[in-house]
Amino acid sequence: MIIMCLAIPAKIIEIHGDDAKVDFGEGVLREVNISLVNANTDEYVLVHAGYAIQVIDEKEAQETLKLWTEILEMENPTA
Amino acid sequence: MVNFRSPELAKQVAGHLKGIAPKFPVKFCHVCGTHEWTVTHFGLRSVLPEMVEVVAGPGCPVCVLPAAEIDEAVKLALEGVTVATFGDVLRVPGSSLSLAEARSRGGDVRIVYGIHDAVKMAIEEPEREFVFFSIGFETTAPLTASEILKGPPDNLSFLISHRLIPPAMELLLGIGDLHIDGFIAPGHVSTIIGLKSYEIFPSAYNMPVVVAGFEPLDILFAIDMLLQQINNGVAKLENEYNRVVKPEGNEKALRHIQQVFNVVDGRWRGLGRLPLSAFALKSKFEKWDSRKKHKIKVGVGRDILPGCQCHLIMIGKINPIDCPLYMSICTPESPKGPCMVSIEGSCRIWSKHGIDTHKT
Repeated sequence: MIIMCLAIPAKIIEIHGDDAKVDFGEGVLREVNISLVNANTDEYVLVHAGYAIQVIDEKEAQETLKLWTEILEMENPTA
Repeated sequence: MVNFRSPELAKQVAGHLKGIAPKFPVKFCHVCGTHEWTVTHFGLRSVLPEMVEVVAGPGCPVCVLPAAEIDEAVKLALEGVTVATFGDVLRVPGSSLSLAEARSRGGDVRIVYGIHDAVKMAIEEPEREFVFFSIGFETTAPLTASEILKGPPDNLSFLISHRLIPPAMELLLGIGDLHIDGFIAPGHVSTIIGLKSYEIFPSAYNMPVVVAGFEPLDILFAIDMLLQQINNGVAKLENEYNRVVKPEGNEKALRHIQQVFNVVDGRWRGLGRLPLSAFALKSKFEKWDSRKKHKIKVGVGRDILPGCQCHLIMIGKINPIDCPLYMSICTPESPKGPCMVSIEGSCRIWSKHGIDTHKT
């Protein structure tokens, strides 16, 4: 069942032209279309209805969490 | 993958939210069924400060489809055309029949994972006539646009029923008694459209907007950012989901949308006609436009059954539990309104999580 605005992260395993084999985790592999993104093998993409719609920026993700951890430690030291 | 589900960090954010919460009530509105799922599934409302309320706006693409557009698909199915669409659409009520009911009356209605499945079916069965019922917000529209640009087979056409999110957000601000204090904007729509379309909210309406992802921490961070804006007396557009959403969006996807679609007025179930809120195929692609190819004519349609409060639930005016039909005669097994049908509908999400009191 597809949730319409849900996009699920998946790791790119192999690229064949416009398509790629991706891993949704726990061994769930699927072919998806990657023509809307510039993605490389081993990168994570968000997949929506069979299409990758964006590459997930892992560095940005780590920085977001780091920043929030710092903010919370600074403002909420007893938590 | 970096984990946005850390319970320890969530507890810290919840503590921080309590510390910065205002002494007056504030209401934040999201416009995405998946946001509602995250908020409900992880019980986020229960960790929010008392004065902070999160409500769901019209973010369920299946729920907002007017009955007349379901009627079009039903009519095609009953006339012998194969209708391919997403599973969530099948049980959505039309004026008299849903697509599931059309199928039980002999119509060929098939569930697909995505548009490429419909293209594949049309190629494999050239003797059959196919229609892809193309619904969804800006996240889904570029996928259809991309397939149309490739030149689909002649026995496939597209019943385009896409809707755009920013006009629906603007509608909410025009409803005087909703009293929204900030928007949690949908991450995956924003993945495609970027940030520009939301600029109007802080600049013209003085309304804070934070684009958010779909993990529990994403939502809590977004609420924290909105509260900080309110405390500082500012209204800004901010992006919490910057690991995915780029300010410019997905430019290739946007280009495909612009090449294939015109932006037109669109009807939303129970909300009426919203200016410039829908996509329609450009005339150069009309050979793939199901409405032109099959000359479909249907009436205005009947959107809301008597007693159903879906139109009020979809704008965040009331909660599912405030509807007299909720879990009495309207249940996931026997849904009366679209909000109970779709897995992105607020009523279905609340009922699946066993919510039947105000203690959410």
